[in-house]
Formats: sequence, C-alpha cells, structure tokens
Amino acid sequence: MLKILKYSFYDLMRSRWNYVYFVFYFLLGMVLLFLNNDISKAVITLMNIIIVLVPLIGTIFGVMYYYNSKEFTELLLAQPLKRSSIFLGQYLGVALSLSMSLILGLGIPFLFYGLFKSNAIWNFSLLIITGSFLTFIFTALAFNIALSNENKIKGFGYAILVWLLLAIIYDGVFLMSLILFEDYPLDKFSLIGTMLNPIDLSRTLILLKLDISALLGYTGAVFKQFFGTNFGLMVSFIMLTFWVIFPVFRMVYKSKRKDF
Amino acid sequence: MVTIQNLHKKFGQNKVLSGLNLDIKEGGIFAVLGPNGSGKTTLIKAILGMVIPDKGTIHLFEKNIKNQSAYRNNIDYLPQIANFPSNLKVKELIKMIKDLRGRAANDNQLIKQFKLEPYLDKKLGNLSGGTKQKVNIVLTFMFNSPLIILDEPTSGLDPISLLRLKDLIQTEKANGKTILITSHIMSFVEEVSDEIVFLLEGQIYFKGTINELKTKTNQPNFEHAIASILTENHA
Repeated sequence: MLKILKYSFYDLMRSRWNYVYFVFYFLLGMVLLFLNNDISKAVITLMNIIIVLVPLIGTIFGVMYYYNSKEFTELLLAQPLKRSSIFLGQYLGVALSLSMSLILGLGIPFLFYGLFKSNAIWNFSLLIITGSFLTFIFTALAFNIALSNENKIKGFGYAILVWLLLAIIYDGVFLMSLILFEDYPLDKFSLIGTMLNPIDLSRTLILLKLDISALLGYTGAVFKQFFGTNFGLMVSFIMLTFWVIFPVFRMVYKSKRKDF
Repeated sequence: MVTIQNLHKKFGQNKVLSGLNLDIKEGGIFAVLGPNGSGKTTLIKAILGMVIPDKGTIHLFEKNIKNQSAYRNNIDYLPQIANFPSNLKVKELIKMIKDLRGRAANDNQLIKQFKLEPYLDKKLGNLSGGTKQKVNIVLTFMFNSPLIILDEPTSGLDPISLLRLKDLIQTEKANGKTILITSHIMSFVEEVSDEIVFLLEGQIYFKGTINELKTKTNQPNFEHAIASILTENHA
C-alpha cells in the first residue's frame, strides 16, 4: 500500500491542481489576516469558508482523480497487489496531498503573522484538524461514488449532490424541522442532528470553541454544555473518525467486488 | 497449469461466460479465438482476477485464485489497449513497475530490441499507438514469469516490430513458458500457436491443434475452418 501511496502522492504533487489549491489557501490566509488585522477574527472568517469549500474540493478532486487514474488502476490490478492496498493507497494519496495543501497554505501566512505568540493557536489548530477531517471524509465519499458509477457524468452529478445535501440542504431541512416542532424540547434532537452531519459537526465544534456561543441563545448554552467539555470534544472527534472509517470500509468492500 | 471449472459471468443482462471449462497444460502457445463478444477478454481478465466470476473456480499453479493477489507474480500480462498514465515518462513507468514487482528485470535488452531508447524521456501521453504498444511489450516481457498472457499483441505494430514480437514469443516458448494469446489476425495465430481454444457463446466450442480443426470442419485452410464454424452456428 505504501508504494501505491508514494506513486499517487508523487503523481498529485506534480499536477498543477494541488498547487492551485495551495496558492488559493495561501492567498486567502494572507488577505484575511490583513483585512481583519486580528488572528481570532481571521479564524472565524476562515471557518465559514473552509466548512463549505473543503468538502467541495475534496469531493470534486476525489471523483476527478479516480476517473483520471483509471488507466493507472488497471495497470496496477494486473500486478501482484491486493485490491484493498491499491485503492487505499490512492485514497490516502489524494486525501494527504489535499490536506497538505490546506495545512501549508493556511499555516504559512498564519505562522508569519505570529500565530505562536497569539492565544488563537488552539482555535487555529482545531480549524486545521477539522479541515483535514473533512478532506478525508469527503474524498472517501467521492471514491465511493466513483467506484459505484462507471459513468463519469453520473459520478460527478452524484458527488455534487452529496456535497449539496450535506453542506446546504441538510441545514435547511434541519432548520425547518426545528421551526416546525418548536413547541417541543429540541435540545437532544438538534444535538443528534448536528452530530450526524460532518459539516454541521465541524462548524458547531469550531463556533463553540471560539466563545461566540452566547450569540446562539439557549440552544447555544445546551450545545456549549455538550461540545464545550472534553467529553463533547471527544465524542465529536469519534463521530468524525467514524465518518472517515465507514466510507473507507465501504470503498474497500466495493472495490473487492468490482469488475475492471 | 490453468484449470477452469464451470465459469459463469454475467454483465447485467448480458451472459458472457456460461459454464466454461478449460484445462491448459504447462508449456506451449495457446490461442484463444472467438467472434466479438464471445468472452475472450473476460476469460483472460478472470484469470488475472480483474473480473470476478459469478460462479465457478479458477486454479492456477494448483491453487485457487479467489481473493488472492500474490499469484500474479507468476503472470505477465499484455493488456489489449495500452492505456498508461499519460503524465509519466516511459523510463519512470518501467521503473515503477519494477519497483512494484520488486524483482529484477531484463528491461534494457528489450528496450534495445524494440529501439525504444529515444522515447525513454518522453511522456506516455505523447507517444503514438504503436510506440505505446512497444512499451507495453517491454513491460510484459521484462519479467521472467512462467505464464504469459497477451491480449491482441499485434495491434498497432509495424512489420519489423511484429517480427521481433514473433521472435520473442518463440524464445519464451523455447524457455518452456505457457503463453496465452488472443488475436483477430488469423495468419498470426496460425503461425505462432500450437493449440487453439475456440470460444462460442461463453463456452469452449473447440480445443485442439489447427490440423484437428481443419479435419473437423473439412476445410483446407485455417481461415475457412474458422469461418465455417461461425457460419454453421450463426447462419
């Protein structure tokens, strides 16, 4: 698996897209820091962008890489290699290179701005960690979709749909149901609802760490009580890990039964 | 060496292999023939583990290949369409495959034989179809494996390269290897193969030497013999 990972990673490192992604985050970090003139505020703005953009890039890039490397995959399948190591290696190659672009692209401007001297370092680390988690989650989802669909156009369509569903539609439905059932106690419901969507989970996690939960009123207090504690943080990370592991398992399972 | 029992494979509604039985002994050149869509490539891909059969077993070197991967160390495979990652250089691709197999290879000799030196630093995406096929041949023959599978090896080759390929196949045969070939070019098959396996509607219709086929069909030459099978079964 490590050999495949190595070749996929090199392959991606040579492709232009990874640098575009890196430069984008680099410029974004720079601009936000200079506009906000404050690390904490820059982190909040960044969060709003990362929460939506990282999943989108992960999904699109994952699907694109899978379809583009079809030939490479077929070449590998005829070699004495396990299917699970071929696909895991490729998946990790994509997810790692995307995470690296994110970490370096945002890390470098913040470092130069004096991240280590500020007290926003934990918030910033949390942002980077959830960003990496989201990359791993959505790349895995993308590989799942691409493995299940021979047709490129269909694959891309489903991938965008999954992103749209988790990033936007889920929130809408969630909000509607909160309004619809506002006569009932909804703390547990909203807590569980948040946990089930990795994007919502990441957003809540960061918001609450940023100490602006007072803006959220009573629900915010309930959330703060849960996510603010170490227990809540642990549960959230376990959920995010589960969101990585489940698609990866399905990917390995699917790949073992597929004809090439 | 290769034992296939009751192999079934369906792609959606399309039955490609239906209860195929095949036994191939060690040593010699076997040509797998059949009309378009008769399941030649599916059979080969099933042997390689790229297509997973619905039913039936495949034994290679006396071992069931189901869910195995290490056995492919003993197979050299030439795919039908030489699709390589287009942003890799020829040199890098050869190095990568050698690294993945973790075995010594006689790639230099083959590169010289097929005059590929000027292309080593070129990207695979910029090569012509014939040159790609030559790279394909080098990748296939550089390892010394007992079973060689060639899917349409002649496609895109110029006459000189074709001659070299035939030489190569004969040398490997002399080394006691088992070679499986599929091809649509009957003269090529007639020239190189010891035995033919004729697939029809997902089953083995005929297995034996070319002379046996001629007697069976009462035809004086090989091409007519093949044609007569097809007209008898489809007309």
